[in-house]
Amino acid sequence: MFPFSFEWAWDMAHVVFFGGFWYAVSILGAGMTFCILKAAYDTINDSGDSHH
Amino acid sequence: MDSALIPEGAKRCSFPKFAIGIAIVSAVVLWGVFAMFLCWFKGLNQTNMNDYYGFALWIWADLAVIAVGGGAFFTGLLRYIFKIDELKNIINFAVIIGFICYSSALLILAIDIGQPLRGWFIFWHANVHSMLTEVAFCLSAYFAVLTIEFIPNILENRQANKVPFFHHLAHNMHGVMAVFAATGAFLSFFHQGSLGGVAGVLYGRPFAVREGLLIWPWTFFLFTWSAAAFGPCFTLLVTKITETVTGKKLVKDNVVHLLAKISGWMIVTYIIAKIIDTIYWALVTAPSLGFTLSHFYSNNGFYGYWILITEIVLCGVVPGAILIMKSTRENPRLRLIAIILGVIGVCLNRWVMVLQIMAVPVMSFDTWALYFPSWQEIATTILPVAYGIILIAVAYRYLPVFPQEQELNTIEPVAEAE
Repeated sequence: MFPFSFEWAWDMAHVVFFGGFWYAVSILGAGMTFCILKAAYDTINDSGDSHH
Repeated sequence: MDSALIPEGAKRCSFPKFAIGIAIVSAVVLWGVFAMFLCWFKGLNQTNMNDYYGFALWIWADLAVIAVGGGAFFTGLLRYIFKIDELKNIINFAVIIGFICYSSALLILAIDIGQPLRGWFIFWHANVHSMLTEVAFCLSAYFAVLTIEFIPNILENRQANKVPFFHHLAHNMHGVMAVFAATGAFLSFFHQGSLGGVAGVLYGRPFAVREGLLIWPWTFFLFTWSAAAFGPCFTLLVTKITETVTGKKLVKDNVVHLLAKISGWMIVTYIIAKIIDTIYWALVTAPSLGFTLSHFYSNNGFYGYWILITEIVLCGVVPGAILIMKSTRENPRLRLIAIILGVIGVCLNRWVMVLQIMAVPVMSFDTWALYFPSWQEIATTILPVAYGIILIAVAYRYLPVFPQEQELNTIEPVAEAE
């Protein structure tokens, strides 16, 4: 549910529940986006020295 | 036949032998899938759930796999946040076990809700006053975390890793894994806790209800603590089973000893809190609601004091004591007994907190309501176990799951030629 959904109410319960949920999802999304973009960059400019 | 996919330097059984094993377990999967479709197409009348048992075998299985899957978040927390480097040798396997447990939990829930096509309603039409909504949010998000943690291991497959993009992606994901692990720990804390919180706020069920801190009953904290304590036991148990089946040593003893020691101290601290909670509930909470302790453990054919003693003493105090003492922890036989007891203990705790709650009579005219699951419920509960065996077998065969495997199993040239 998003704040623009008709069921949304600006109360503590909605803000805490969905705030926490979207916060976690945003971190995961941002983290994966960073990894994918950096992998694409590294592939194009392949240095060949990445080890783990 | 598939040797190009097998990790370099690793020895695996022949492909036909592997395929036969997978085929046998797949028969169990098909049995479970058949029962699952019966539940979906004919409805929940295929189960023995009733007005007493809205929560039944599936919810117990859900809570149990989530508890034992707690090894993934706790080991990840120790490895990536507390920087305990030795655990890098078992973290891949802990993640795979966690992935299996959480995907199984979601699968069981998809069957339990009856109409999986409406599963997304919980996100769109959320009841923001329900602990189970929080569980659904955190469970889904944490499954995403486990998937993300599993991906680098998949990309390290011998062939996949030759693709430059995959190679770099795995490398970059390892680089930011601490962020994902921290997010996983945050999500796990809340969903493990809320699963316990659900029982603790059942004011109409004196067997379950607890006092607590602010909005959280003590069961909230006990569930999180027990998952962190017993989850690593399950990781160690599955590692031991995998070593037995493959006939190989896969993880060095110092890593096993360390995880067992951490688990032991977590179990001891948890069980002290659990004993205090039980005594307070028996002496204060239940009497204040008009019940005596004997009411919950008598006048029925199954739930006696044995279940309380088994859970707390035999499967709590005993494994905790074995695992915190160096001499017993480093004895392989005693350690195995301790981790088996620990896994049974946490599953028994979830059984009590789901099914005994439903069985205990509450009203003066009530009687004990015992329940036995239908074969469809049993089949769909065994389904995730079979699926887990297949996933572990495939992962072990094709992925570099255990970094110490080669070092611990030097391959002789003759064996390699075979």
